[in-house]
Amino acid sequence: MAGYEARPESVALLEKLVAALKSRGIVTEEEIALRRTIAERANPETGARMVARAWIDPEWRAFLLRDGTAAAEAMGVSMKGNPPLGVLEDTESVHHLVVCTLCSCYPRAVIGYPPHWYKSAAYRSRAVREPRAVLAEFGTVLPAGIQVRVVDSTADFRWMVLPMRPPGTEGWSEDELTAIVSRDHLVGVSLPQAARKVSHAA
Amino acid sequence: MDTPAPAPAQHDLGGNPRFRCTPVEPDADGPPDDFGKRVDALRVVLREKGLLTTDEQRLNIESLPEAEYFGLTYYEKWLRAIAAVMLAKGAVSWEELQ
Repeated sequence: MAGYEARPESVALLEKLVAALKSRGIVTEEEIALRRTIAERANPETGARMVARAWIDPEWRAFLLRDGTAAAEAMGVSMKGNPPLGVLEDTESVHHLVVCTLCSCYPRAVIGYPPHWYKSAAYRSRAVREPRAVLAEFGTVLPAGIQVRVVDSTADFRWMVLPMRPPGTEGWSEDELTAIVSRDHLVGVSLPQAARKVSHAA
Repeated sequence: MDTPAPAPAQHDLGGNPRFRCTPVEPDADGPPDDFGKRVDALRVVLREKGLLTTDEQRLNIESLPEAEYFGLTYYEKWLRAIAAVMLAKGAVSWEELQ
């Protein structure tokens, strides 16, 4: 399996490519730096807040499920150049798990950079064949009777999960709820828990 | 009707038994390294300039030789694909990348 460190020849190739593009006036170092800053700023808190708001506000929930792209834009995230975002609603009887079997499609604008495991051959191949075994590797065991629906993100359409609001969070604020939602919950490999909350000074 | 399905393409990993016994590594969840972030940023800049589409990038990743597809890191594959598209469009020359 591939490691995570780029080889020196790849680093050299990148610099040669960038130098050639710069010398021809196609890109500038400033443009690359700006894009990097924007990518680094994208993080799962955006997706987490979209979820927390849906737990509190039924109108937002309906909007989010109807048009994830518009909902992300409403959060101040530019979705220009990104494929549409769909949101999958977990219920008492269905749990959703997102994978990209063909590559690594991931809603970066609202969750940030994908983790290594999401892009791994193991996750991509096994999530659709034995999703419960994969979930178990994340420490997630679903109650019996819950159906697992695995959804394939593609180059043309990206998915995010709207998990169930965990019990024990009644009366929590949007900020408090946002704080218990992680990237893994938005992909569906684990479930938010009330216990992870650190303070409740509302 | 009974024609066997063609073997899936190398990137079509859904259900592929080759990785059946490979565990997912939930702890491998850090952000990309400096190299990866730079490749990603370059990709977006080129996309915004209309020089690179997702599908062009994807096609070139999927077309990598098997040893590279499974041997290179994720962003190394992206870089190979971006370089291939830039070469094909004449945005850079082969000599410049040597």
